[in-house]
Amino acid sequence: MLSSTARRGAAVLLSAAVLTTLSACGAAPDPQQPGGAASGDAKGKTQPGAATSAADLGGMEALVAAAEKEGQLNVIALPPDWANYGEMVKAFQAKYPKIKVGGENPDATSADEIAAVKSRKGQKRAPDVLDLGIAFARSGAAENLFASYKVTAWDKIPGSQKDADARWYNDYGGYVSIGCDAARIPNCPQTFADLLKPEYKGKVALNGNPTKSGSAFGGVYAAALANKGSFADIQPGIDFFGQLRKSGNFIPVESTPATVEKGETPISIDWDYLNAGYAEQFKGKGVDWKVSVPSDGVYAQYYSQAINKDAPNPAAARLWMEFLYSAEGQNIWLKGHARPVLLPVMAADGTADKDAVTKLPQVQGTPSFPASTELDKAKATLAEKWDKALS
Amino acid sequence: MSAPTPTSPTRGTAGGTTLRRRRRGPRTWLAALPLLAFTGLCFGLPLGAIAFGAVTRTDPGTGATRVTGEHLARSLQGPYLDSLIGSVQLSALTALLGGVLGVLIAQALVTSRSTALRSAALTASGVLANFGGVPLAFAFIATAGISGVVTQLADLTDLGWDLYSFTGLAVVYLYFLTPLMVLVIVPALDGLRPQWREAAQNNGATGRQFWRHVGLPVLAPSLLGGFVLLFGTAFAAHATAAALVGGSVPLVTLKIADALSGNVLTGQENVALALGLDMILIAGLVMAVYLPLQRRSARWLR
Repeated sequence: MLSSTARRGAAVLLSAAVLTTLSACGAAPDPQQPGGAASGDAKGKTQPGAATSAADLGGMEALVAAAEKEGQLNVIALPPDWANYGEMVKAFQAKYPKIKVGGENPDATSADEIAAVKSRKGQKRAPDVLDLGIAFARSGAAENLFASYKVTAWDKIPGSQKDADARWYNDYGGYVSIGCDAARIPNCPQTFADLLKPEYKGKVALNGNPTKSGSAFGGVYAAALANKGSFADIQPGIDFFGQLRKSGNFIPVESTPATVEKGETPISIDWDYLNAGYAEQFKGKGVDWKVSVPSDGVYAQYYSQAINKDAPNPAAARLWMEFLYSAEGQNIWLKGHARPVLLPVMAADGTADKDAVTKLPQVQGTPSFPASTELDKAKATLAEKWDKALS
Repeated sequence: MSAPTPTSPTRGTAGGTTLRRRRRGPRTWLAALPLLAFTGLCFGLPLGAIAFGAVTRTDPGTGATRVTGEHLARSLQGPYLDSLIGSVQLSALTALLGGVLGVLIAQALVTSRSTALRSAALTASGVLANFGGVPLAFAFIATAGISGVVTQLADLTDLGWDLYSFTGLAVVYLYFLTPLMVLVIVPALDGLRPQWREAAQNNGATGRQFWRHVGLPVLAPSLLGGFVLLFGTAFAAHATAAALVGGSVPLVTLKIADALSGNVLTGQENVALALGLDMILIAGLVMAVYLPLQRRSARWLR
């Protein structure tokens, strides 16, 4: 196990070494052609890797043709039971049978995704598209790892949820919610304040360690908001969990589908789409999973989508993006109880799957998002204080 | 310890081996070349890479690399220092307990006449010593977790039992450390010649005196070796702890994982490498105590 740490460290460094060597001997030409060229004369001129929109390649049909010619799409970190990604991949595969989707390491973290992009630069096995936590989308863009590409629906994505240069944009998200097994817990908690009640002793869990897991981090942020904290001040959230730990209510075991099914984590703070997924998954297995978005700590967070700048299958990567941001793709996320970024627009123009919308957990109030600097500050505080508060 | 005369012939042979070895020195060295190359490649290179990463920083924008002590300094401060201390405490405690338990079990096996018991226990130890990671963690969650079978039956929670704490983690670690100690120490106990005990008894020594003046001094290096091995195993364990306690028991391996691979903290890779370097240094220090003593044990247990 020591060796695995060492190996990881070595892998990071070796990849860094490889990276510098590769970039030294001739980086791939990357002419940033502005989009909007007439489809006729753009055809055959713009390489898929440089296309910043489908029009650059001569429209959707040309994009599909180019992608089918590549015949492969490498995805990474897409767990089939997360936000309905299993169906997403299947639907894409059914629509474009000539493109083989190669999924890699479904449980990878955002850091693993970035490491894969860096270490396999120039290789055929490198991931084409990435689904990243917002911090990694920002840092990856700063490191110039992503291609700039505007999907057809680009203009409909709210300005606060996309990079101005189209290197990343939010894909789907959800609210921090409290999942609760009503078969084991007589009164399910509805708010963060409820969680402090003695009746929940040894029952409350997070989806992982908040210094590592994005959803657990969201849980602490939401708890901060519920306890007079703010986006700039996450400390009340840390104190809240410290208090929960001292009273014995909080158990540090990471909630997974397995612990939920077994009843080890009868109350789990997690994204609402995961909790809602559990409700469906474990119906009839002795688990009556109820989901509520706590009214005192409303916190929403979105994941972001990006294309690897050196994608081995650049056209397939772009086609995947077009698929994700089509009404079809957005509705697949919606069916997985996640809130796709285009949901407000789709609800207005009637393309949203109404059934799926009614199944979303109810939320009071509107979400707001922390600024970059606030997020950084919150993370630094968390990394510094979390262990102390819990041990 | 006064040198017992009866063993001097043995020492003579040992001296002879050393002499012969010395004569064939250069050729032996050549034969070891593949091993040395392998070691250099598989240990030296990663070590160099870790050390390099721990003392440099690459600017993401410009790609320029410069030397800095900032990562090492950070790895020895605040929560990172706590995690190092936590790891050393947990490893030392579990290695000590596992060592004592392992020796007691091994001694029982060695003195028992039943070969069936002996081989069964050794096989079981071989399996259990390698039973770690997430499966072990989940086995404990299912039996001794908050809604675990044993916890419910015996009302352990009322007795103050908490699997997700330092104590809980120590118990889980003992589950694979004790069998490991048994495996390591049984050969050494076998090497304690019955004649030594008989000789001691003939000279009027009590059992306690035998252990105090003969048994333990001879075994000491092996015991210490076992302790070092257990310490190292516990120190490097990651998956079990990650599945069980998350952040509530500060451990350096968990901190490295958080910094290297996560969805929250960005740009912490170099601190993780610095922590890795700290771990290697601590392991090196422990080995430095063990190696000179191990040389002494070779004299007695052959």
